[in-house]
Amino acid sequence: MATALTGAPTGAAPDPSADTRAMLAGTDRHRRVTDRVMTGMVVLAFLIALVPLVSVSWTVVSNGIERFSPYFLSVSMRGVFGGMDAGGIYHAIMGTLLITAVAALISVPIGLLAAIYLVEYGRGALARWVTFFVDVMTGIPSIVAGLFAYALFAVVFGPGVRFGVVGSVALSVLMIPVVVRSCEEMLRLVPNELREAAYALGVPKWLVIIKVVLRTAIAGIGTGIMLAVARVIGETAPLLITVGVIDSINFNVFEGRMMTLPVYVYRQYSQGLAPCAADATDCITTINYDRAWAAALTLILIVMLLNLIGRLISRFFAPPTLR
Amino acid sequence: MTTTTRRSQPVGSPVGERTPRRRRWPEGRASRAFRWLSTGAGALILLVLAAVALFLMIRAWPAMTAGGDVLADEISWFPDDSSLLGFIGPLVFGTLLAAALALVIATPISIGIALFISHYAPRRLANGLGYMVDLLAAIPSVIYGLWGAIWLAPRLEPAWQWLSGTLGFIPLFAGPASDPPRVILTVAVVLGAMILPIITAVCREVFLQAPRLHEEAALALGATRWEMIRMAVLPFGRSGIVSAAMLGLGRALGETMAVLMILSPGALYSFNLLRAGQHQTIAANIALQFPEANPLGVSALIATGLALFVITLAVNMAARAIVARRKDFSGAN
Repeated sequence: MATALTGAPTGAAPDPSADTRAMLAGTDRHRRVTDRVMTGMVVLAFLIALVPLVSVSWTVVSNGIERFSPYFLSVSMRGVFGGMDAGGIYHAIMGTLLITAVAALISVPIGLLAAIYLVEYGRGALARWVTFFVDVMTGIPSIVAGLFAYALFAVVFGPGVRFGVVGSVALSVLMIPVVVRSCEEMLRLVPNELREAAYALGVPKWLVIIKVVLRTAIAGIGTGIMLAVARVIGETAPLLITVGVIDSINFNVFEGRMMTLPVYVYRQYSQGLAPCAADATDCITTINYDRAWAAALTLILIVMLLNLIGRLISRFFAPPTLR
Repeated sequence: MTTTTRRSQPVGSPVGERTPRRRRWPEGRASRAFRWLSTGAGALILLVLAAVALFLMIRAWPAMTAGGDVLADEISWFPDDSSLLGFIGPLVFGTLLAAALALVIATPISIGIALFISHYAPRRLANGLGYMVDLLAAIPSVIYGLWGAIWLAPRLEPAWQWLSGTLGFIPLFAGPASDPPRVILTVAVVLGAMILPIITAVCREVFLQAPRLHEEAALALGATRWEMIRMAVLPFGRSGIVSAAMLGLGRALGETMAVLMILSPGALYSFNLLRAGQHQTIAANIALQFPEANPLGVSALIATGLALFVITLAVNMAARAIVARRKDFSGAN
């Protein structure tokens, strides 16, 4: 078509198709420039997003690697003061693992059962409300979850209550909606044919759910739970107000304050520069910041490890159709 | 144009629905128990949400009923000659300001990233790139705070100086810019980085669902790629973008640690973005004062927490309602 037009004879009269021909031959300059500019902007936006990702990882690794050592991982902060070149995060790692484990123990059964309800039974108003409010609940600020847990336990134990399980309850308020959401996704992926085949053999519904649906989706559920744990293990604010801070090791989640890794990072940061005498040899001014960075590195490594485990579970254990 | 009805159609048993309930009863009993158990778990979630509101209310009650002078007497950090509302007001203002600024920074960038992943990047790369943006969400907030306070703030300082120097006639940027820049604009930049992933994730999902035929029709009519996006993709995704931004807003409103570690607090109704000691957010104020507060102080803080809860609940409900109107799409997947 275009060749025919360009080959058309040009007479004395101005060709009415000249404009049309120009438009067909190529886009006009203005539109082309706009297109280029917008392409540039979109690519730029993506590059901007990489700045925080790259610089956060780089600063944490480069600042944290110096103090990150087996010694740092294996001692607590008991008896460490001022600018002493000592102290570690063993108590914080243990606290984080214990509190998160209890939070997972609370949230996984509730979240999984709620997801089963939504997928297998949910009909009518209650299911709609639950779906809606699970979504809304993912947006609860973490500090409000902490206040709730505190308020709940303060009713029983009186004001000033601080121990591990309070923090676990706060974390499970944040974790339950995440678990429900990811389990629901996974259960919906289970093909209906499997359920129907089981029903046709006369298997009762609850056994179908446990033996067929859950077993098919188990890898995906594992992934979802891992990601949910990774999500809450870095929460700081609720633990700061429900579990408090302490310098020594505490394995008992039912009594006494506990240290956790994110709170440790904050605590060290907020202590600022350590005062050092001019002639002190065993004194580092920036020791608190150094410890904060090293603990941040540990925290990021734990989170990344959980993410990795989550992905590996679904890669190696999921049936091929559900990957 | 294909619309998936996956979400609106429950997958539940197609058999059990039609057959009458009565079966051989040992099985029936187990089935019923299991059904009640899982229904109970679903209802428990609603119960928890209600309990959050209830318990915050119970604990906030002493502060809500006490007069302003009593509060000022008992609580060391409570402003004199002020009521509880007068105390919460500036905090609410600071919270909204920080979150709104973060949103202004993050939304255009997120839309750009989402477009890049959905329509510009090569197909094979797109998934990996999306995963990289998701990694941003995996970084704990306390690490953002540490990074923002120690690494980012000194690097932003010259930029803020320049901003107050050249645009200082606008009241927002009136100088002198504080050094170190423990100001609300620095906080907003960090919050913006923190809410990028959620806005991007939702936008990306919507953009990928833009009807293929519309896009191809636009291209066939000679539209450039940007014109195609403006005519076919953006109008389709408008409500998705709005709800994504609101989800990001909800996240930014409740963010604690980044604000706590970066901002130098104050309690003013001030639009001066470059000066320290002017603003404070509800969440950061709670984290700052809670460990040392006396019972009435805790009660006053919980009252501010209740205000935060109500605000975020309203924002999230509005966002989810917009998402839910598009039946074929949920922000979570």
